[in-house]
Amino acid sequence: MSTLSIENISMRFDLPNGTHVQALQDVSLELNTGELMSVLGPSGCGKTTLLNIVAGFLAPTEGRIILNGHDVKGPDAERGMVFQQGALFEWMNVRENVSFGPRMKGQRERQWGEHVDHLLDVTGLGDFTDKAIYELSGGMQQRVALARCLANDPDVILMDEPLGALDALTREKMQGLVLKLWKETGKTIILITHSVEEAILLGERLLVMAPRPGRIHKEYNLPFADMGVGADLREVKHADGYADTREEILEMIWDMEEEIMGRTEDTQ
Amino acid sequence: MIGLLILGVYVAVFVVSFLAVRFLVHRTVRDYTSLKTVTFGDESAVTSNRIASVVSVLTIFLIWGSFTGSAWVPGFLHAPAPFIGDTSFTYTLESEDGERDDATVHVRVFGFGETTQKFEVDPGDGIARNDAVAMSASRSTTILFDKNDETTRKKGARVVSIDGVAIGPDRAIRTPAGRFALTDKGAITFTPPSGLQMEPIWLPPPEAVVGRLFEIADEGYRDSTLWKHLGYSLFRVIAGFILGALLGIPLGYAMGLSNWFRGWFEPLVEFMRPVPPLALIPLVIIWFGIGETGKIILLFLASLWIMAIAARAGVSGVNITKVHAAYSLGASKFQIMRHVIMPNSLPEIFTGARVAMGVCWGTVVAAELVAASEGAGMMIMVASKFQLTDIVLMGIILIGVIGFAIDILMSKAENLLVPWKGRS
Ligand SMILES: Nc1ncnc2c1ncn2[C@@H]1O[C@H](COP(=O)(O)OP(=O)(O)OP(=O)(O)O)[C@@H](O)[C@H]1O
Ligand SMILES: [Mg+2]
Repeated sequence: MSTLSIENISMRFDLPNGTHVQALQDVSLELNTGELMSVLGPSGCGKTTLLNIVAGFLAPTEGRIILNGHDVKGPDAERGMVFQQGALFEWMNVRENVSFGPRMKGQRERQWGEHVDHLLDVTGLGDFTDKAIYELSGGMQQRVALARCLANDPDVILMDEPLGALDALTREKMQGLVLKLWKETGKTIILITHSVEEAILLGERLLVMAPRPGRIHKEYNLPFADMGVGADLREVKHADGYADTREEILEMIWDMEEEIMGRTEDTQ
Repeated sequence: MIGLLILGVYVAVFVVSFLAVRFLVHRTVRDYTSLKTVTFGDESAVTSNRIASVVSVLTIFLIWGSFTGSAWVPGFLHAPAPFIGDTSFTYTLESEDGERDDATVHVRVFGFGETTQKFEVDPGDGIARNDAVAMSASRSTTILFDKNDETTRKKGARVVSIDGVAIGPDRAIRTPAGRFALTDKGAITFTPPSGLQMEPIWLPPPEAVVGRLFEIADEGYRDSTLWKHLGYSLFRVIAGFILGALLGIPLGYAMGLSNWFRGWFEPLVEFMRPVPPLALIPLVIIWFGIGETGKIILLFLASLWIMAIAARAGVSGVNITKVHAAYSLGASKFQIMRHVIMPNSLPEIFTGARVAMGVCWGTVVAAELVAASEGAGMMIMVASKFQLTDIVLMGIILIGVIGFAIDILMSKAENLLVPWKGRS
């Protein structure tokens, strides 16, 4: 059963100086319930733009997004977002942040309390429920963002470089957490990342985008996300095919970056 | 002259206390900052030196006390006082036919604030007779020495020397008794040493100001006690500020959220922003008179634009990802306003409120200086008309202290209500 379909999306930004940027050109794809798709691509290839269109923050110049049989017209609680940083509410403590969605729906604490406390425990924030946001480390803040999104029980979770601002070690732990939550909740997830390893480890499906105009370059179906659930992600990296896939994708992105930079063979 | 001297003393104390603290006081606190090797140019490593602040305030009081001969400052620190007491000098008179005679002028100099009292001396004999003169300290006096002399200036007599020093119409002299000169008509102008201290009418000593404080706190001034004067000023500021905030904050939000509101009010706000509230005082007096209404409307106008601009800045300062996050968590426009935009704009609003309170406080004093029947500004204005400099000084100090206290209260409230400010 297909839940999210992105149909022939094009996005064109008209600039004040008369020129325009074709951020996306005829992008189409389908995502089934419970799939985790990671999106890779050189900077400026339209990943964020695509995600903003799916989230409903931007209307595409062409094409449409259909979720569960209806058109996406604007932002909605059925599509949750996890941003890279800066999206938490500093004037609320951890628990208030996480329960924001249910509270906005007018639910009482006895309706959401158990669910929220469970999510706080799962994300390892059980001891920090009353802390202010600015008292938390970057990794903890991202766990709050993740828990806040899940507490609202969306159908699709959209993540734009959610782990991009974290250090390598924290990042690795958070990758494990994302996999675990994905399997436990069965959510459909689109995850944008700059890290090829992260995209391979987490993405059941992996989409490589190309710039100018932004378009889908290649798609992979990968087994590593399933292996990684509940396992040590560092061991997954030794699994068959991991290294080859990594090299192939790195090469691909490297070539695209070189093209952007206008490099040629003879300047090396 | 005296100004330069005071500046010199001030700079000297600055340098000396800096060197003294530098070499005598060692930092015992070893915090993170003290381990920094690069401090010059690192603003965060610059903290206000407490010793310097204390010495700075003490120095001002010391200079004030010393140049006013305050009883609170030990005598050896006083600037030279003006001459007070009895002195005398001898003048030599030459009559038209060349005859000379000496006579003594007895001068009694009364201190500041004392009334001068005439006194008599034995006139003696000869063509010149002794005189008695009463005068106030730090003043000059013109002595009509020939009132009682045998021969007078009209008949051609003239003074040729004082205490044996020759004097003439264009030859002023200085003797241990003071300075002497002759007027156009030949009378003696005498100035005893005036010292370096200020007269109370220019600058009263600190104890006089404090004395006034107690007196006015007790008995009041111009039909109102001190507290009533200050209370009126404070009431006007708070009433005007609250009205300004009540209207200005929603206005700023509307300008930050709606094209139409922004377009409609932008010309108004941008026009009113550079108009200093003081410039509105005459208009407000014409329209509303000098009563409470006019004052409160003036302060309302002073705070309105500041609060509107602060609230607008608060809205535009919202990180768009917060708004996006709230929308995709299912919040309505109203909920976004209530739970995201309003709390997020609090730091800006507090900054604006601090500025507005400062401006209002300054404006209310100015408005009361122009016209009012109570208030801190009115008190010092009326006192200045009667040359009650101690009340004027007391008023200025109280105005400064209250303004400072308001700012401290506001920043305390800010820390309490907006603890996340500058930490995200
Ligand atoms: N609001 C906008 N106005 C004009 N051009 C825009 C706007 N937003 C994005 N673009 C352009 O669209 C293109 C795609 O931008 P986008 O932010 O989607 O890239 P990205 O793949 O997310 O890049 P990155 O990896 O650096 O985040 C870029 O060339 C960018 O300059
Ligand atoms: Mg991006």
